[in-house]
Amino acid sequence: MSSITLSPPRRRKRLMRYTKRDRAALSLMAGFPLLLSLAFVWLPALATVALSFFNWTGIGGLSDMKAAGLENYRIIFTIYPEFPPAIEHNLLWLVVFFVVPAPFGLYLAMQLNKQIRGSRIYQSILFLPVVLSLALVGFMTELVFSPTQGLVNNLTGHAGQNNLIDWLGNPSLNIWAVLIMAVWRQTGYVMILFLAGLKSVDPSLQEAASLDGANEWQAFRHVVWPALRPINIVVVVVTVIESLRAFDIVYIINQGTNGLQLLSTLITANIIGETSRIGFGSALATILLVISLAFVLPYVYITFRKDTRS
Amino acid sequence: MTAATFTSRPSATEPDGTVARSHRHRAGPLRYLLHAFLIGTCVVWIAPVLYALYTSLRPYADTAKHGYVSVGGSYNLSNYTTAWNEADLPLYFKNSAIITIPALLITLWLASMVAFVVARHSFKINLLMLMIFTAGNLLPQQAIITPLYKLYITIPLPGWLSDSGHLDDSFLGLILIHVAFQTGFCVFVLSNFMRTIPDEVTEAARVDGASEWRQYRQIVLPLCRPALAALATLEFTWIYNDFFWATVLMQTGANRPITAALNNLTGQFFTDNNLISAASMIVAVPTLVVFFVLQRQFVSGLTLGASKG
Repeated sequence: MSSITLSPPRRRKRLMRYTKRDRAALSLMAGFPLLLSLAFVWLPALATVALSFFNWTGIGGLSDMKAAGLENYRIIFTIYPEFPPAIEHNLLWLVVFFVVPAPFGLYLAMQLNKQIRGSRIYQSILFLPVVLSLALVGFMTELVFSPTQGLVNNLTGHAGQNNLIDWLGNPSLNIWAVLIMAVWRQTGYVMILFLAGLKSVDPSLQEAASLDGANEWQAFRHVVWPALRPINIVVVVVTVIESLRAFDIVYIINQGTNGLQLLSTLITANIIGETSRIGFGSALATILLVISLAFVLPYVYITFRKDTRS
Repeated sequence: MTAATFTSRPSATEPDGTVARSHRHRAGPLRYLLHAFLIGTCVVWIAPVLYALYTSLRPYADTAKHGYVSVGGSYNLSNYTTAWNEADLPLYFKNSAIITIPALLITLWLASMVAFVVARHSFKINLLMLMIFTAGNLLPQQAIITPLYKLYITIPLPGWLSDSGHLDDSFLGLILIHVAFQTGFCVFVLSNFMRTIPDEVTEAARVDGASEWRQYRQIVLPLCRPALAALATLEFTWIYNDFFWATVLMQTGANRPITAALNNLTGQFFTDNNLISAASMIVAVPTLVVFFVLQRQFVSGLTLGASKG
């Protein structure tokens, strides 16, 4: 946090003082939105951590809260049967997002960055799923993978009663159906980010590399990849955050049960379910929060540190 | 242009560059292979959408008779009219508009003010503010929902603003959380953008005695129009597409925005895949407008945020 004390050197130090009115105006302009963000995002984030050490049904006032110490966490890590599959699925989601959309999005961006005919049309089609909501992607998952009425089973001849593949109901299959559709959307997103990054790679450097006899791979490895570093960081963050946020698709299909458990659906089930367990849900949320902050805080720190130095 | 020299070269060992140049004019066999690959990928990519569109145009009776992957029977818009009328979709579109438009405008307004303070001044707190806003936007919603939900059901609202008498189950509540959450991203993008406006632009006004508010309102904000347009497109899509906040914070089904409402309506009104397809297509219309008309703005909004990274 030491960087906070560094004032950005790139902007000239103002010699003039602000008038009282200006001071008040600037404080309000930044203060009100800041208050909103603190009250509705950061206060709940802190409260999540605090509540995780209590037992509370949420009914009745704060007086019904009972200190629970680490009991909620103990239950989660030892006997809560939904937790291991949820963590497993979140991890699987993360791994798949790193292994498929990230490199494939980069590859597509590299190809589309070449001046080829129809590049814009290809780009648009691959980008289409990005504007659709994840909830809608959930519905499309049902359309595409529906056992009897779905596209996949009908195309492969598995829609009949004898050899039916239950893509959505089979708990060891349905996560893959969901992941295929999640990848479908994520790839276009990553591709667009990389395309923007590639536009900023100095073309004369690539020209020089090819004149020096570098092949496509060498030019990529030594010219393009290093120049993409800032975008790579963004893609890593987007990949991690999107995998932790995953919720809508599985919630549409079966509310995140039976093979589709995720941390996010467990948290939701524990507050809007019939038995609301605020403390327990908060402990789950704290785990999610800690994992996300482990990525988010270094990212914003690096980003803005660099900002003040440049 | 020069990027084209990298295409379709099996071995680029020729140091004189002649091969590279000739490839710019003449498509080699590898270039055809690349096109084949891209066409194949695009066919796979658009298949789910085309399948939904195709299914939505066929009456259920025909698909039941011929199967879903088939040609034949009649094609019409009856699924669309059924979905539109029976499930009262106009009501949910209205809800979406009531939430999305104010949330979008307030978000851009607040974010532009914060960005002005952060990007055009050098207060020591600026860096911390940027971190608070940006990091806040990156938190998973589910990580903060439990206390937020408790907070919402304790904050009282007058009856005309909320059916429940509290911030939950109200349009205002949804607008507030969208604003609080999305401001972070917009501050990040707008402050990057405002930094590219030269100091001299506001310096002259300052010398003339223009207040900070006037500098913001009359000089900096108008210059930000392209960034604001890009962000408006992006934020419209994101807020309209929201499913989680509306599902948890809006219990009354009739008050839900359309993206979240579709989930309730399925099973209740939309019993077969033909109707679900038609309803999905209808719900997708505003985002498809973004796709067809405002794609450039959407993409530049995304990449304005990313390219600075």
